[in-house]
Amino acid sequence: MPDAQSSETIAYELPIERGAIRTFRGAMQSSNPAYEGVEAIIPPTFLITAWRWAPEGGRAAHGIPRSLLLHGEQEFIYHQAPPRAGQVLTAKEHIHDRYEKVGKRGGVMQFVVISTEFSDEEGVLVAEMRSTFIGREPKIGREPKGDAS
Amino acid sequence: MNVEDKSVEPAIAPVLGTRAETRTFGPMTPEMFVVYSGAAGDLNPMHYDRDFAQRAGYPSIFAQGMLSAALLSTFATDWLGPNNIRRFHVRFRDIVWPGDELTCSGEVTKTQRHADGTLVSISLSMMRQTGDTALQGEADFLVPQAY
Repeated sequence: MPDAQSSETIAYELPIERGAIRTFRGAMQSSNPAYEGVEAIIPPTFLITAWRWAPEGGRAAHGIPRSLLLHGEQEFIYHQAPPRAGQVLTAKEHIHDRYEKVGKRGGVMQFVVISTEFSDEEGVLVAEMRSTFIGREPKIGREPKGDAS
Repeated sequence: MNVEDKSVEPAIAPVLGTRAETRTFGPMTPEMFVVYSGAAGDLNPMHYDRDFAQRAGYPSIFAQGMLSAALLSTFATDWLGPNNIRRFHVRFRDIVWPGDELTCSGEVTKTQRHADGTLVSISLSMMRQTGDTALQGEADFLVPQAY
């Protein structure tokens, strides 16, 4: 497996689209007016949609086999008020942290934190997203905790 | 009319220990999972194809963890303001199934005065009707000073 720590990813554009915000607002069952109109801001978890704009080489690979993969945690950080419809952000992913823990059944659990940094048109870092993926112990004795998607 | 005029933002930062009125989403339906799949652009069949989910060893389809997170964020931003959000963090604890009712709660755990407002930290949780915690989280909101 290549050393993900040193692998370089390609930055990509994330156009913030009013229609995409509107669709997301419906899915999150919000009727908040801040998420509609020409000046709609993005909802807190909207940046999770960024990956669909990623070109080949844009994603940082966690390297965990799909059969063992759990999504453990997800974090969004905003350094200022959330971005608005019409902005075009630049996203850049990297491996933020990688560690191991001993699981409840004595096996090794892998943790990989992937960070995506979002900059505005001036190059100012406006938001960050951190995804913690868990490679669970290979033998499944019971229903796994966490988001198995 | 600008966004600030329209959105529901609190005029004054809530004090330490303040609890939001709880809100319950659901019962969750497959349609909600499909709508979220489309909105997020994530077409993992685990969330709408029962045969696929059962072949993977699950009794049925189940909700995306990020759908639950999005619902919890709706609860949080209706409380402390979509423009004010500065951090939103969730840990996935339990799978959410069709038919589940998800109750969101939140409490102010810390307040910190800044030049441009009060940074309000809250703890968040989403509980299934079984009493199991589906999500735990925290968030920070920068609530501007009242004029």
